[in-house]
Amino acid sequence: MAGDRITYRECIKQAIREAMLADERVFMMGEDVGHYGGAFAVSKNLLQEFGPKRIMDTPLSEAGFVGAGIGAALGGMLPIVEIMTVNFSLLALDQIANNAATLLHMSGGQFNVPLVIRMSTGIGRQLAAQHSHSWEPIFAHIPGLRILSAGTHEDARYMLAPALADPDPVIIFEYTSMLNIERGLPETKTGVDISKAKVRREGRDITIITYGTGVYKALESASELAAAGIEAEVVDLRVLRPLDEETIVASVAKTSRAFIVEDASRSVSVSSEVSARIMEKCFYDLDAPVQRLCGAEVPIPYPKHLEDASVPQPAQIVTAIKKILQHDRV
Amino acid sequence: MEQQPEQTINLSKEQAQKLLYQMILIRKFEEKSAEMYTKEKIRGFLHLYVGEEAVAVGVLQALSPEDNVLCTYREHGHALVRGLEPGVIMAEMYGKQEGCSGGRGGSMHLFDAKTKFYGGNAIVAGHLAMAVGLALADRKMKRDQVTCCFFGEGAMAEGAFHEAMNLAALWQVPVLFVCENNLYAMGTALRYTHAQTKLEIKGAAYGITSASVDGMDLLQVMDAANKAVQTIRETGHPYFLVCNTYRFRAHSMFDAELYREKSEVDQWKQRDPIPAFTRYLKEQQLLTDTDLHEIESRVEVEVQQAVDFAETCSFEPVEELLKYTYSEKQN
Repeated sequence: MAGDRITYRECIKQAIREAMLADERVFMMGEDVGHYGGAFAVSKNLLQEFGPKRIMDTPLSEAGFVGAGIGAALGGMLPIVEIMTVNFSLLALDQIANNAATLLHMSGGQFNVPLVIRMSTGIGRQLAAQHSHSWEPIFAHIPGLRILSAGTHEDARYMLAPALADPDPVIIFEYTSMLNIERGLPETKTGVDISKAKVRREGRDITIITYGTGVYKALESASELAAAGIEAEVVDLRVLRPLDEETIVASVAKTSRAFIVEDASRSVSVSSEVSARIMEKCFYDLDAPVQRLCGAEVPIPYPKHLEDASVPQPAQIVTAIKKILQHDRV
Repeated sequence: MEQQPEQTINLSKEQAQKLLYQMILIRKFEEKSAEMYTKEKIRGFLHLYVGEEAVAVGVLQALSPEDNVLCTYREHGHALVRGLEPGVIMAEMYGKQEGCSGGRGGSMHLFDAKTKFYGGNAIVAGHLAMAVGLALADRKMKRDQVTCCFFGEGAMAEGAFHEAMNLAALWQVPVLFVCENNLYAMGTALRYTHAQTKLEIKGAAYGITSASVDGMDLLQVMDAANKAVQTIRETGHPYFLVCNTYRFRAHSMFDAELYREKSEVDQWKQRDPIPAFTRYLKEQQLLTDTDLHEIESRVEVEVQQAVDFAETCSFEPVEELLKYTYSEKQN
């Protein structure tokens, strides 16, 4: 990591600004993105810089403005649609699943939808069950979409440009609990490869596979494990659909152990899918059963101690991995 | 609904016969589709437009080839009028790769980029916001086009209708919303689904210029559509047109039609737009029996050719199953 330290929020904002400057066809719309400055202050001052035609405030009409985004994309524009939180995206699920994801296919390849939808997601700000949750797996289930998870500052900063260059609909998940975190950015400004997972840390003993808020937690845990002589490899899935199976398989083949971490609840989650694929592709490479640390099977509670208990924490990752390796060595 | 046709429409003989031809083409094409459905050549859902022909023909004649058109799942008629080849539509319904959507969509999902025909959308009211977005893109790109969006009165009970109307009015984008009010949302009558059955009021509530017209009368539909499109071109603002019409056949091929009396259907058949327009043209001396016979024969041949074409088309190899999930081309 090099360069000045920057917040995750500022990374997203710089990415939007850069995209707006790079191409006249890019415009952004969403609830409170303009005059309010963005519900999470991501788009603060962009209205003043680009004007109301390019930073468009919308009414509380998730289905309406996502549908309008699809139409505008069909009409040759490159819309960035912001949905305030993943919870509200369910109001637009019809547009996303039935239109954005299907039009290319139903039209026999005639109509592609170059739309980018950004939405914040995650748990950890005591917002209770209707403003928390990690619904990424719902969207990762839908063929025709590309689902990205910006689990690092690098991705928050450099994922948007390739997403806009993609001819098909892309959803970028951003994490509210990370907005104020400051980090340095890598030197490269060439954009990220939005078809590949990313090995965030090399290791030989076990692969931690994760995404979103799990990435920094896994890296923190890996440092702690290194002090105990365990070298964990950290794979950031980054792309939840289409899944980059190759990177997962290569890493697990190398380390022979897999541990999956995600905030979403365990049942029918991204980790369910990753685990199944490891069984299918790496069974004979494994020295231990694949294990998972996931969100609890509960609507996210309001009190902090319960909310914290509902998602994986670094200490749990460390304990679980030590146990896996110890067991293995017995 | 029993008003006399406006006299602002002055038809040339050629124009008049073309309009009649289009209505007859829709009717015969659909009757043939029903036949091919019972022969199991066409599967899935098949929603026929029989009885509503004056709406598609009357509205679409007001548009230019550059304008965008979006439809519901009952869209064969619109596709035909828009200029899609009957054979290509039939092939689509057969699921053949030579179909207008490569066989991937079927009856409910006719698409054609060449004629700017954006479906064939089968989620009720799901395409209304898309129409707003297309119009928004046209405005942003400084293209002088109208986006025409057809939907049934059933769509007006969906929240998506209200979101789209609000956005269209708020942003003042050039969309022509056309409600094809055929009185039944699948099998449930208007009076059971809408608290306010005077539907045009709902457009006015958003500040959108709104009108209603007898959808069984081609000349009236034409007149209303011409006025609507002209207004949109002049102002760039949205317009809402309710066409009151009726479908003579069931909602789909699966529908036993338990929700309405045969006598009601028969009563509406008295107002069938095709014989009505035929009579009018004869009165105006724009059509002779020979002309009519020629049109009918021509349609007969074209519809049969469509079936013959679909029969000779091919099924896509199963190896191509995953195609069109993601684009091959880059933007």
